[in-house]
Amino acid sequence: MELISEVLIKNGLLFAFVIVGLMMWVSYYASHHLTNGRLHGSAVAIILGLVLAYVGGVMTGGKKGMADLELFAGMGIMGGAMLRDFAIVSTAYGVDLGLIRKAGVTGVVSLILGIVLSFIVGGVVALMFGYSDAVSMTTLGAGAATYIVGPVTGTALGASSEIIALSVAAGLIKSVLVMIGTPFIAPLIGLNNPKSAMAYGGLMGTTSGVAGGLAATDKRLVPYGAMTATFYTGLGCLLGPSLMYFIFRAVMGG
Amino acid sequence: MIIYGTAVLAGCLIAGMIVGDVLGALLGVDSNVGGVGFAMLLLIVLSDWMRRVGKFPPLSEQGVLYWSAMYIPIVVAMAATQNVVSAVTGGPIALLAGVGATVVCWALVPAVARIGGVSEPLPPTTEEEAG
Repeated sequence: MELISEVLIKNGLLFAFVIVGLMMWVSYYASHHLTNGRLHGSAVAIILGLVLAYVGGVMTGGKKGMADLELFAGMGIMGGAMLRDFAIVSTAYGVDLGLIRKAGVTGVVSLILGIVLSFIVGGVVALMFGYSDAVSMTTLGAGAATYIVGPVTGTALGASSEIIALSVAAGLIKSVLVMIGTPFIAPLIGLNNPKSAMAYGGLMGTTSGVAGGLAATDKRLVPYGAMTATFYTGLGCLLGPSLMYFIFRAVMGG
Repeated sequence: MIIYGTAVLAGCLIAGMIVGDVLGALLGVDSNVGGVGFAMLLLIVLSDWMRRVGKFPPLSEQGVLYWSAMYIPIVVAMAATQNVVSAVTGGPIALLAGVGATVVCWALVPAVARIGGVSEPLPPTTEEEAG
């Protein structure tokens, strides 16, 4: 037994691949059979991840979720900043510059509005709960954009782990809400053609939420929404620690 | 070779990080300013150019697409290593920020979609197509 756990600890990253693979399998199974595919498997997996992080945190009293347990330290490598940024950048591959130009004004306006409004809403909520420093407000605003922009912005600005975790939770709530809510809200907001789908992707920005939500609405809309949504995270990562932070700092006076 | 694609991807991220760090230093903030965003733009432009001149065959592509497919699992691992205990104790903040941002943006979809004229809805799908 000790021998086995020693091998698992020594090969932490490989064990993390096994664990995450199992988590994905369980999540996609649950997504298909318990929610009838309405709640996307990726959303279930992320929720499961957060639940395990909570369990790990309670067991160890540490700040790194499951990674605080020696056996699961490899999860920290797999989910760490280096591999995370690597995978995010790779999703930009294959985006067609011609299609971006076609998305044109609608795409650009929706992206800018979506990002700025999310930062404002998140920042105002942070302020309401007593986080009046620009770093925390920007980070929670970034989380209200997506659960990727949150930690990227927070890490870049040196926000506390607590506020980064809050920003991930905010982004996750948004992602899950978009996934579940899109089919219900679609008739009310005219989400039934490629152009409105592009606007939708740019405004909501959470790629997994938009892709899952549009798939549940009308799968012909998915590529249009996903196209603008894939820009959102990159643009948010670009604007978060720079322009948005400076705006919050100017407004809050330091 | 598959490693070529991965090498291009890694090179783009490193270049983006350097640009982000330099920009951070120039702007006087002790942080990386938009490194990931720059890396994404660089990858889009570079890979588009390489494909057009035929220097990025499908096998090289696999070296990028593999990591693209690992995106969700890596995000799951990231989620599993967050300080969730602290997040849960501050529950209403995350809930309010997430729900607030979603609802505000939902409300704006019709207005933004109307820019440049209203589009016709897609024709209804038949049972077979919808499946």
